[in-house]
Amino acid sequence: MSVQIPSVAAPTRAATRLWANLVLVVIGVVFALPLAWVVLAAFDSAATYQVKLPTAPTLQNFADVLTPQLTLRPLLSSLLLSTGAALVTVIVAIFAAYPLSRYRSRFNAPFLYGVLFASCLPITAIMVPVYSLFVQLRLINQPWAVVLFLAASALPMALWMTKNFMDSVPVSLEEAAWVDGASAMTALRRIVVPLMRPAISVVFVFVFLQAWGNFFVPFVLLYSPDWQPAAVSIYAFFGQYGTVAYGRLAAYSLVYSLPVLGLYLLVTRGLGGSFALAGAVKG
Amino acid sequence: MTMTAIGPVEESRTTRRSRISRGATPVRALPLVPAGGLLLIFLAGPIVWALYGSLTDRALSGARAANPQFVGFDNFSRLFADPVLPLSIGITVAFVVGSAIIGQNVLGLLLAVLFRVGSRAVTGTVGVLVVTAWVLPEIVAAFIGYAFLSADGTLNALLAGIGIAGPNWLYAFPLVAIIVANTWRGTAFSMMIYRAALDDVPLEVIESSMIDGAGAWQRLRLITLPIIRPTIFTNLMLTTLQTLSVFTLIWVMTKGGPGNLSSTLPVLAYTEAFQFGDIGYGNAIAVVMLVLGAVFSIGYVLSLRAGGERA
Repeated sequence: MSVQIPSVAAPTRAATRLWANLVLVVIGVVFALPLAWVVLAAFDSAATYQVKLPTAPTLQNFADVLTPQLTLRPLLSSLLLSTGAALVTVIVAIFAAYPLSRYRSRFNAPFLYGVLFASCLPITAIMVPVYSLFVQLRLINQPWAVVLFLAASALPMALWMTKNFMDSVPVSLEEAAWVDGASAMTALRRIVVPLMRPAISVVFVFVFLQAWGNFFVPFVLLYSPDWQPAAVSIYAFFGQYGTVAYGRLAAYSLVYSLPVLGLYLLVTRGLGGSFALAGAVKG
Repeated sequence: MTMTAIGPVEESRTTRRSRISRGATPVRALPLVPAGGLLLIFLAGPIVWALYGSLTDRALSGARAANPQFVGFDNFSRLFADPVLPLSIGITVAFVVGSAIIGQNVLGLLLAVLFRVGSRAVTGTVGVLVVTAWVLPEIVAAFIGYAFLSADGTLNALLAGIGIAGPNWLYAFPLVAIIVANTWRGTAFSMMIYRAALDDVPLEVIESSMIDGAGAWQRLRLITLPIIRPTIFTNLMLTTLQTLSVFTLIWVMTKGGPGNLSSTLPVLAYTEAFQFGDIGYGNAIAVVMLVLGAVFSIGYVLSLRAGGERA
């Protein structure tokens, strides 16, 4: 009996797999073609908007865009703004997650659902009021205020993630520290945070990537060229040269995207599996 | 990477035999203050400011920028009489239905189902391509969509190969262009959600239905889809919310034009406030968007809570 079932099913299963592969290949090509443009055009001195193999592959486009004015300074701004936002968010989220995770209160659930609700509201919807509020408070064009806004907009999701990660750190380890006279904040710093380090880096990268890729917020709140991040500077480049310098636009896009792809790979491949607390508590 | 962390609120499992009181006291709640402050100033503040600002005639520059007057519900009566509002709401709905509900969810579910059947090399490669489109910064995805759909772009080059002279899609069919681009960019999210959901469908249920003679299509329609229905609902809410707030993709590809033919609400609010300098009117549109977003957010939170109560 058990031998017969696969032998009957085998031909149809092979046919199903063939069809599935066929459809997948078609979908894959549809997703690959647009991506191929940005990769191929970046190495093509005569790039157009069409996907084509460069006749003479060159690094000239990269050499052209990698100037302090055009890319290096904006990339540094992006790095500072994103790092700042990620640091603020992670620190604030760890502090806030601790009481939510460790103490019982009837306010916990409403607070967390409120935060979840806030994390869903479309941020683009509030950019007009944020602009006029920033003008009113004289925060417009202040990099640190933009950092705080980026941090606040990522905070609901980060807080939710951090709280859930913290829940999986066994509380018995801290109780031992409490009995030995450590305060809650000492226990947080000496026990919980070290155990959560991989999870904290996941939250950090998550916020960093959101801030790095954000165009709308700095576009509205930062007009000084000194602080414009890469997202805004590449948009200005596109507006000025988008219809002539295709190759350079593609090269700039690649340079700007590479850190994102790298960090994403790092988080999904490297950090994802290492958040383990096995052995910390006896069953 | 975000979805693993989302789940219903749970009490910590380690409450038993605790020798130390675990009740919250005001002092113990102090670490919440910085988070509360940030959220109040930068998220609740602008929302209140939108409500207030929508009742004034504040302008971007000039006398009414420094000294705006209270105008009551003038902005709203203007907005609801403005033919551009129903147009923009219609475009927003079409954009959400086309790219989030049909595009991302159907394509994402299809990919997740095919991934269970296809061979490993194919599924691996296709998965990486789809996720790459999603991980790229939004503005880069917008350039890629712009290049692909422009008059002398890749799509028209392909169409020319089979003898069709394609139009400038960004100008002739702007709504279709942004729907296609947003589907291309966002499908990965639904694909990953559905992949995880399908992995959780108990194998015994599938096997017993196979023994009863159910075909592949019947299994999907009668067994798998009903089991993952809560995930489908949650994901529909999430993708709807994400799509409601898309700005950069549309702004780079079409600027909301030609005319207002691809102006979703966020683009309309930006245009009214910063191109035409009418901050009060932009605030009124923001309020409409917040109400829309709140409806779907509540749906999402309720769906998560329902999931938590069942478990």
